Amino acid sequence: MLSIAQIGKTYPNHVRALDGITLSVVPGEIVAVVGGSGCGKSTLLRLISGLDLPSQGRIALDGDAIASPHEKIGIVFQEPRLLPWLTVADNVGFGLADRPKAERTERVARQLDRVGLADKAKVWPRELSGGQAQRVALARALVMRPEVLLLDEPFSALDAFTRIDLQDHLLDLWADGKPTLIVVTHDVDEAIVLADRVVVMRPQPGRVFAEIAIDLARPRDRQSAAYDFAKRRVLAALDRSLDRKAVTDDGETRSETGAALWW
Amino acid sequence: MSLSSVTIAQPAVAQTEAKPSRARFIKPALGLLLPVAIAIAWELAVRLGVSDGRLVPPPSRIWATLMELAATGELQRHVAVTVGRVAAGFAFGVAAGTLAGAICGASALTRRLLDPTLQALRAIPSIAWVPLFILWLGIFESSKITLIAVGVFFPVYLGVMGAALSVDRKIVEVGRVFRLSGPSMVRRILLPAVLPAYVIALRSGLGLGWMFVVAAELLGASEGLGYLLVDGQQLGKPAQIVAAIVVFAVIGKTTDWLIVAAMAPFLRWEDRHGVGGA
Repeated sequence: MLSIAQIGKTYPNHVRALDGITLSVVPGEIVAVVGGSGCGKSTLLRLISGLDLPSQGRIALDGDAIASPHEKIGIVFQEPRLLPWLTVADNVGFGLADRPKAERTERVARQLDRVGLADKAKVWPRELSGGQAQRVALARALVMRPEVLLLDEPFSALDAFTRIDLQDHLLDLWADGKPTLIVVTHDVDEAIVLADRVVVMRPQPGRVFAEIAIDLARPRDRQSAAYDFAKRRVLAALDRSLDRKAVTDDGETRSETGAALWW
Repeated sequence: MSLSSVTIAQPAVAQTEAKPSRARFIKPALGLLLPVAIAIAWELAVRLGVSDGRLVPPPSRIWATLMELAATGELQRHVAVTVGRVAAGFAFGVAAGTLAGAICGASALTRRLLDPTLQALRAIPSIAWVPLFILWLGIFESSKITLIAVGVFFPVYLGVMGAALSVDRKIVEVGRVFRLSGPSMVRRILLPAVLPAYVIALRSGLGLGWMFVVAAELLGASEGLGYLLVDGQQLGKPAQIVAAIVVFAVIGKTTDWLIVAAMAPFLRWEDRHGVGGA
C-alpha cells in the first residue's frame, strides 16, 4: 500500500507547491489526479517517484519510506524521454542491465509485443511516432514489473484518437500485473475512463479538494449516462476547486462552460 | 536522412541509410570542382605565357617538386616528423582537456575554482608561449609538443565542459529513476549524451593542433613540413612552399575525416538534418 501522509513541498524560492496532502492508495487501485494548472499535481508525482523530496510529511510504500527513486515505483513522463542512442529494445531493457542477458532479451521481447511494437525492436527512437514513443516509454516502465506506476500527463501530447487508443491500451496492460496506477492528467475524460478514484486538487498551495469514487464497470462506455454523470461530478468539483461561483442544481450548463476554462 | 543530407567532401561517412547510387560519389566530387578549375586555369595561364609563374608556380611545377621530394625520401621524413608531433601534442591535449572539461562540467566548485584561470590562459595568443617554452623545455621536441598540446587543450576543454553542462535534465532523471550509480550514470547517460559535442571538440582541437605545429616548426626546426616552408622561403623556392601547404591541407583533411569516420558508428542514432558535419 502506498501511503502519503501530510506532505508539503516548499521550493527554495518560498513557493508553496503542496500543503497537507494525505492519500492512501491500495494495491491495484487506479487513481487519477486532476486539478487546475499550478495545483502541484506533477510535483506530487515527483515526490512519490522519489525524484524530489517533500518538505514535510512522509511517503511510504508498504512501510518503506521513499527518499529516492524506488525499485518498485516506475514513472512515465509527459514526454517519452527515450535515450536516443539506444534502440527501442535497448531502451525498454534499460532498467534490466543487471539481469542475465537471456532473461533481459526475453522480457523485453514480451513487453514490446504487449505494447504492439515487436517489429520496432531494432529501430532508433527518432523513427517512432509520438504515440509509438510513448508506448515504448510505457514498456520501459512496465518491464520492471513495478508495484506502483506513476504517469504524468502521459498522453497529453498526443492527438485525440491516439490518446483514446492508448488509454484503452493502458488498461489492458494494467490487467497483466495489476500495479497501482497514479495518473496525473488535465483531461477529465481520461480520468474517468481510467480511474477507480479521482482526486481533485486545488491550487496555491496544492491541496486535495475532493475525492470522487468512480464505480463504473470496465470496460467503460464513453457514451453512457453513468459516465456522463461521473464526468459532470468531476467537472463541478473542479469548478468549485477554483472558487468559481457555486454551481448548483440549475448550474449544469454553467459547469460545462466553466469546465472549458478550468485548466 | 536522405540523399540530400550527404555533405560535400565527406565521402561515405555515416551514409549507411543512403541508397548506394551514383549520387553518392558525384555529390562529394562536387567539392573538387572549384579547386580543380582554378588549378587548370592557372596552369593554362602559365603555359600560354600570361604569367611567368615564378612567384606563383603552376600545378605541374608543384607536382614536380612534390615528386622530387618524395623520390629522395625527404617528403616522407618531414611528414612523419610533423605528424608525430601533432599526434603527441593532440594526445596530451585531448587527455588533459577531456579530464579538465569533465571535472569542471561535473562539479560547480571545481568550475568556479579552475575555469576563470583557464579562460584567462586561453586568451593568451599561443605564439606568446613559444619563447617561454623554449627557455623551459629547450628547442627540441618537448617545447613543440607542449605548444601543440596547449592549442588542442582549450577547444577540447571548452567543448567537453559545455557539453557536460548542457546534458538534458530530463534524460538524467531517467537515469535517476532507474537508480543508476554514479559511474553507471556517467557511462550510460552522460557519455553518450556528450559524444556528438565531443567529436566536434576533437575536430576543433585537431585543427588547432595543425595550426600550432606550423607555428612551432616555423620558429626553429630542422625537419618537418613547417621547416620545408621556411626553407622554401629562404632559398626562394615558392613551389616547395606551396607543395608543403598542399601536403598540410591533405593530411589535415584526412586526419579530420579519420575522427569523423571513427566516431560515425557511435553516432548513427543522431537525429539531425546534416549528416557528416562540416
